[in-house]
Amino acid sequence: MRTINVEEITKSVKEACIEANHFLSKDVEERLRTAAKEEEAPLGRQILEQLEENLKIAGEDMIPICQDTGMAVIFMEIGQEVHFEGGSLTDAVNEGVRRGYVDGFLRKSVVKDPILRENTKDNTPAVIHYDIVPGDKVKITVAPKGFGSENMSRVFMLKPADGIEGVKQAILTAVKDAGPNACPPMVVGVGVGGTFEKCAILAKQALTRPLDQRSEIPWVKELEEEMLEKINRTGIGPGGLGGSTTAMAVNVNTYPTHIAGLPVAINICCHVNRHAVREI
Amino acid sequence: MDRYITVPLSDEDARSLKSGDYVYVTGTIYTARDAAHKRMQEALDRGEALPLELKNNVIYYMGPSPAREGRPIGSAGPTTASRMDKYAPALLDLGLKGMIGKGKRSQAVKDAIVRNGAVYFAAVGGAGALLSKSILSSEVIAYDDLGTEAIRRLEVKDFPVIVVIDAEGNNLYETATAAYCKE
Repeated sequence: MRTINVEEITKSVKEACIEANHFLSKDVEERLRTAAKEEEAPLGRQILEQLEENLKIAGEDMIPICQDTGMAVIFMEIGQEVHFEGGSLTDAVNEGVRRGYVDGFLRKSVVKDPILRENTKDNTPAVIHYDIVPGDKVKITVAPKGFGSENMSRVFMLKPADGIEGVKQAILTAVKDAGPNACPPMVVGVGVGGTFEKCAILAKQALTRPLDQRSEIPWVKELEEEMLEKINRTGIGPGGLGGSTTAMAVNVNTYPTHIAGLPVAINICCHVNRHAVREI
Repeated sequence: MDRYITVPLSDEDARSLKSGDYVYVTGTIYTARDAAHKRMQEALDRGEALPLELKNNVIYYMGPSPAREGRPIGSAGPTTASRMDKYAPALLDLGLKGMIGKGKRSQAVKDAIVRNGAVYFAAVGGAGALLSKSILSSEVIAYDDLGTEAIRRLEVKDFPVIVVIDAEGNNLYETATAAYCKE
């Protein structure tokens, strides 16, 4: 049994919130750089170059990459041999979000009630997904999610008879409906299988996978590659203003499902595909 | 075509802008997003005056991140414009001349743009750090309690935007996308 004081969790979450909102992971940065070289449309290239310049300014001057610094989505992988002391773990995670967003000059975008809509003024609460895994470590992935792209995400409860063609159609429908609203070039996270809520979580997790890492399942890898090509033929382009770079990657995660169902979730992320990881 | 314009936006300038023009905006603009639009609509419904003059002005759909010390504003990129579609036609009919945002607009907004000789501009979404460099000052002028959603008066210099829907109703999101579609 390993004992971890929750104050350590708070510190890590705070740091990760600030890091994720100012620095993209290397794979995303690299993909944007390649896209700026390969884009066919002159205006599209200009927009991609602006995004590169934006990243540089964000890191150098510590100005968030995007003003929508998101709702903090946090994946917690907790080793089953870990014992927490010093208070509630969930409170500690939210305290980390509070400190990160207040001390880090990040935007407070969370309202306490979806209808009454009063801002909580510290961006809490986070959306926390807990997973218990073997071992004695804690892995924290902080993925702040902006709502321009979140609003364009979809869940489709397909029938088994719809098969892979139905999945492809669902992905293309979501991407085309999103168009310029989701700040392309986007990253398309897809969850296939599980239940109504499981496929949505799979889709969100898929967004945290490196853009250059394809699925190990052969049909899934093929689907990812084919859909990326198809999406980039829609013409939506950078900023939705036309071009050959509409998506930077399609990441698909799968899970077993019920004999009667084929749930598919498409979680669209803008080019600011943020996530920062801490291991304790 | 590259254009340099000053705001407030004159009727002539608004009508001269064409879908696809790359425009550098200098002058005074106002921010408002979801919550501020809702309050403005409620004020209009009660017959009250709005906290800003709409005539020939430009509204930027934007809620900034907080400014660090010594800076006028934090990250300051556009938010999705379609969420303001419910409110925009009434504001355009009252003289609003331009909107800066990102993403598609409804037919009702497009009709109101044409009816009033107005313009819908897009700024590059997710480039809030870069765009903040074109903002010289920021001052909350109404609805301070809304935090990031308050109405702000911004002084901007060469703020880069692209004309998406012009006064004739041309829509760059439709024309430019079709040009690169290979389906």
